Amino acid sequence: MTEPSVALATKANMVEALNRGLHEAMAADDRVVVLGEDVAKTGGVFRVTAGLLDRFGEERVVDTPLAEAGIVGTAIGMAVYGLLPVVEIQFDSFVYPGFEQIAVHAARYAWRTKGEVPASIVIRIPYGGGVRMPELHSDSPEALFVHTPGLKVVCPSTPQDARAMIVAAIQDPDPVIFMEPKRIYRAGRQELPDEPALGDGNGTGTKHLSTARRAREGDDLAIFSYGATVPLVLDAAERLSLELGVEALVVDLRTLYPLDVEAITGAAAHCGRALVVHEAPRSAGIGAEVSSLIHERVMLDLEAPVGRVTGYDAPFPQFANEDDYLPSVDRIFAGAKKVLDF
Amino acid sequence: MSEILRIIGNGEDLDDREVPDGLAEKDLVELFRGLVLLRTFDERAVALQRQGRIGTYALYWGEEATQAGALYACEDGDWVFPSYRQNAIGILRGVAPSTVLAWWRGYGGTHGFWNPRDHRVGPICVPIATHLPHAVGVSWAAKIRKDRASALTWFGDGATSEGDFHEAMNFASVFKTSTVFFCVNNQWAISTPISRQMASETIAQKAVAYGMPGVRVDGFDPLACWKVTRDALERGRDGGGPTLIEAYCYRIMPHGTADDPRLYRDESETERWKKLEPVGRMGSFLRRLTILDDTKEEEIRAEAKETIAQAVRDMEAIAHPGQEILFEHVYRSGRPWNFDEALDELGSVERPAEVKPLGPPTSPGAGAEGKTQ
Ligand SMILES: Cc1ncc(C[n+]2csc(CCOP(=O)(O)OP(=O)(O)O)c2C)c(N)n1
Ligand SMILES: [Mg+2]
Repeated sequence: MTEPSVALATKANMVEALNRGLHEAMAADDRVVVLGEDVAKTGGVFRVTAGLLDRFGEERVVDTPLAEAGIVGTAIGMAVYGLLPVVEIQFDSFVYPGFEQIAVHAARYAWRTKGEVPASIVIRIPYGGGVRMPELHSDSPEALFVHTPGLKVVCPSTPQDARAMIVAAIQDPDPVIFMEPKRIYRAGRQELPDEPALGDGNGTGTKHLSTARRAREGDDLAIFSYGATVPLVLDAAERLSLELGVEALVVDLRTLYPLDVEAITGAAAHCGRALVVHEAPRSAGIGAEVSSLIHERVMLDLEAPVGRVTGYDAPFPQFANEDDYLPSVDRIFAGAKKVLDF
Repeated sequence: MSEILRIIGNGEDLDDREVPDGLAEKDLVELFRGLVLLRTFDERAVALQRQGRIGTYALYWGEEATQAGALYACEDGDWVFPSYRQNAIGILRGVAPSTVLAWWRGYGGTHGFWNPRDHRVGPICVPIATHLPHAVGVSWAAKIRKDRASALTWFGDGATSEGDFHEAMNFASVFKTSTVFFCVNNQWAISTPISRQMASETIAQKAVAYGMPGVRVDGFDPLACWKVTRDALERGRDGGGPTLIEAYCYRIMPHGTADDPRLYRDESETERWKKLEPVGRMGSFLRRLTILDDTKEEEIRAEAKETIAQAVRDMEAIAHPGQEILFEHVYRSGRPWNFDEALDELGSVERPAEVKPLGPPTSPGAGAEGKTQ
């Protein structure tokens, strides 16, 4: 290792915060193991698992053969035996060879074993675009997992949440798909609380896996988002305030399955207008689900149909055109105006 | 364990063997020309990446013999399916080098993609081992249609761990297709050494389980790579079924332009292997045979340099593709209704600036890319 362990820094970016959470979870419970391609010796291509090998040894921090079905499948077996595996998928699109293991086994083990033996694994997936990478390094496949009953799907947008949520995900008995917005991995730093984020076993950690977070208060328009688009939504909200005097209430969903339905309907009803923003393709995406929930439950409180600003129903483009695909502050602002002007 | 076939010596303790039958003097020069063109492309691409003119690039410096040698053994009608590591193989088949550079510059559509049927060169495959079944499918279809064509596919040592590798091998042997599985065993998969990838002694021996021959060859020796590939293709055409080739070599370079191998391996070992690199080795061999001299070599290198320089000019002359490119060619049968709505939305706001490549290794806070990739 040429770099010192980042686990002790107080102000942390998302990579360091995740790293801190992994260190804490591994130190607290020797059933936690980390598996993946290039995670041990180099600490992962994004360095999220840096320093774990030195501290916890090569039985618990494992560079695996290059085989995602094998990685996820063996992690399930380890969980069946009683370990708590944390799997790293190197980039979003490389989860697809492991998809069968996730969909037909991870998602169903609890159901198939009378609830006795859930596949207690965490699958970390650095995902999304904006990083100027070649084909298949920029997908946002979260809806596939949301559409697979039996999985929890979560996605932090801040270092603090990242650290608390990775710890909660490891403690959670159910399989958790942990989406990591790689575009904002190093975007900013936050103070991390001194005390470990470990829950007390009574669900304090788990609340991070079931609740949304209000990222900005407002009364005029509720904007829902998650991951790398949250900071863009906050920028757009400032512009709405400055230019139009509109105060947006911004909700960072954090958990994509199960959605925090109260937070969603509450915010939408409070403002009477709502917009959903995500980077993934539009059709059957999270936006469709959030929009449906709002229409089904609080339609009479609405003054306009719920709007969406999303990626498109096209393959993620080669990177010279990726900024055309990704929701921008301008597009979010325009989408908000459309809902406001209805 | 089968022996590693080697033909070209090193001018020191390893002797040269006879040039295999089927290779005339002009073939040797052509083969050298191909090696030099690939090398020139690769070195230029790395420089372009450092200058921020293309994005992250997967270099193949040292692996030219596995590419040009194997391709030279193919007939024109044979198909080849490259991984990202053989990204420029198409330039030896008629794909414009500017197209390959444009791919790395982040252009798609008509600028960075090509029609595989034009030159029988598959698209650059990024997800490991997933193109192997395609090569089997092509050679199987050719067999069904009673055509002579075969298919060859390149992949790495790491790729042999993926299920797709095993499924492709099994299909090929069950249906006795003429597929050539060309494994470039450079002994590394990013930071993972082959000892962690597999416990089998060789890659070639995996062929035994599938009832096909597995052969080992010096991956830095273009003539040996030619020979094993030619034999495999001939066997396949005669109905003998598929072959697995293990080209034993070493990944002399980093995994990609953002990778730093000092983090995970002893680079003095790399220096040892570097002495065996194929372009210099083939050049010296041709000199020993008095087929090549300074003038001839200079001419070949100058020609390659100009070809690639022109390719860079062509690539850089490409205007930033318009936003319609997002929606082009997604479906062949026509555009779904929401594509036009999407374009309307894009048209209603100011267009974002053109995306430039990230450029040389970034400072730790600058981007999402880690130290290794
Ligand atoms: C399915 C899949 N998983 C992971 C990756 C990320 N990745 C890119 S290259 C690589 C290593 C490949 O090693 P090898 O097969 O030996 O080929 P080499 O790079 O040495 O040519 C990995 C893990 C990928 N591209 N596809
Ligand atoms: Mg390799």
